[in-house]
Amino acid sequence: MADTFLSIQNLRKAFGLTTVVQDFDLEVRTGEFVSFLGPSGCGKTTVLRMVAGFEQPTAGKIVIGGQDVTSLKPNQRNIGMVFQAYALFPNLTVAQNIAFGLKVAGVAKAESDRRVAEMLSIIKLAEFGDRYPYQLSGGQQQRVALARALAPKPKLLLLDEPLSALDAKVRLSLREEIRSIQKTLGITTIFVTHDQEEALSMSDRIAVMYNGKAEQVGTPFEIYNHPATRFVANFVGTLNVLEGTVADPARGIVRIDAGEVTVKGALNGSKAGETVSLALRPEAISLGKHPGRDSSLGGQIADVSFLGSVIRVRVGLGKNFVSLDTFNSPASPPPSVGDNADISFSSSDLLVLH
Amino acid sequence: MKGNRFWAWVTFAVGIAYFIVPLVATFEFSLRMRRGEYSFDAYRSVLGDPNFHATFLYSVVVAIFTILLGVLLVVPTAYWIRLKLPRLRPVVEFITLLPLVIPAIVIVFGYIRTFGSNSTLPFLATARGTDALLVIGYATLALPYMYRAVDTGLRTIDVRTLTEAAQILGAGWTTIIARIILPNVLIAVLSGAFLTFAIVIGEFTMASLLNRPAFGPYLQNIGANRAYEPSALAIISFAITWACMSVIQILSRFAPKSANRPN
Repeated sequence: MADTFLSIQNLRKAFGLTTVVQDFDLEVRTGEFVSFLGPSGCGKTTVLRMVAGFEQPTAGKIVIGGQDVTSLKPNQRNIGMVFQAYALFPNLTVAQNIAFGLKVAGVAKAESDRRVAEMLSIIKLAEFGDRYPYQLSGGQQQRVALARALAPKPKLLLLDEPLSALDAKVRLSLREEIRSIQKTLGITTIFVTHDQEEALSMSDRIAVMYNGKAEQVGTPFEIYNHPATRFVANFVGTLNVLEGTVADPARGIVRIDAGEVTVKGALNGSKAGETVSLALRPEAISLGKHPGRDSSLGGQIADVSFLGSVIRVRVGLGKNFVSLDTFNSPASPPPSVGDNADISFSSSDLLVLH
Repeated sequence: MKGNRFWAWVTFAVGIAYFIVPLVATFEFSLRMRRGEYSFDAYRSVLGDPNFHATFLYSVVVAIFTILLGVLLVVPTAYWIRLKLPRLRPVVEFITLLPLVIPAIVIVFGYIRTFGSNSTLPFLATARGTDALLVIGYATLALPYMYRAVDTGLRTIDVRTLTEAAQILGAGWTTIIARIILPNVLIAVLSGAFLTFAIVIGEFTMASLLNRPAFGPYLQNIGANRAYEPSALAIISFAITWACMSVIQILSRFAPKSANRPN
């Protein structure tokens, strides 16, 4: 990959007999924001900690800016890191916390003061320099932690679930702020999260991790719309799964209780009569038949939930059920449970889960 | 309920009497030096004795060195155990408790046999060497208190994350311990230091058997040869110990407030 800044090659980590990270490869471009997304225990934090130098890889190589850092100590890597638990030094003021890395690096007092003032202004806490961490809210503490990490001008920024400990409103505003600061400074960033919304909204690319492996690496659009594996499809976004049997593999026809659907492209490798799982995003389904949507299935309304601007409808298609959202319109009342209803969708939106 | 409260007060009163009566009796006796009236003559006599000054000063100096040795030994050990070897904590706690189980006389006889003038490490060959050995012995005696105080202090901070945050900012071990860990457990260290001070000031066995001019042997000597002065000395020693405990209580109010657990 051209302009690669961080290269993680064949990374493996085992604790005793348990392998927590295996065959992990990733190339990150300069200035790119890449998220590691996955459930707890998938190995995302372990990879981050190996990049930081807190864990030594069992095998593999980490190269930052052309330099092999695999065996370097954390304090020799010139990396900034923000922790989930803030990790501000309780005995130091906000300004002293931000200046810590500069002081360790031997930066002159005047230059350090100038840089601290600049960082305080970037995180919009210019008046808070003399306060102690316990005098700040969670969101403010995490902004100080970000400023402290960025003050020594690191080559790489690592964010280890920095928003997890914050309430929903602060989380939303802080994620926009982090992304904005990252774009302004153009710093290459790795962000670890288990929150798909955070990953989808903030990242240039996402590495979805499961069982110590990267299941798929791609842009948020690719990850959401073209999941490479069943895990990615299930983990990212809401998904309707339809179980069917292959009727004609060459033409891509699959029989579902309620009828037949055609999958774009042939079902290579499948035989007639085999069971297959097809997935559809809720937003790809419409209630009723619509021109331009080449597939439809007949079913019965199983449940209707009124959520204000949106009405969530669950439709039974034999043994399968799908959920879809329709906008609330005062002119047309929502369907009733037990009504017959058709759903329509584009065959190109059908995902075959492997 | 009323019956319960009555017996609670009785128990409380008995407990208070158990501690207070001997103290009051000692104090009262220490004032009787002048026949027929109360006076502070015994205190004047004790405080005017050059040996009192010399032995007290000696014990204070030894206590300061003991505290320094204890801090240098215990803070990095307790920190390292918490950070890297948490499984060894029960073992280390057991080791630090040993001085409470093994009598000081056993330890000091061990020292005399091991570090005598004919040994490869002849601490006892010189006065300064013996002083050093006394400091080492006192650091051992104070270990249970110092270790527990520091370990409790470390429990109030997230040692691992703070260490990693400092490391990633470029700090080495010395900077981490000196600028992050020690300031955050300083109050705990001071608690341990004052407990150490209280132990060292009155210690008799080690100082006596190593033949050092400490305050403990002086107390014993006065106790054996005078009538009223030992009571005055007992009250003075009690006041010093009590003052140390009060200082710990006052200092604990100034403990650094944790960001996650505001006091």
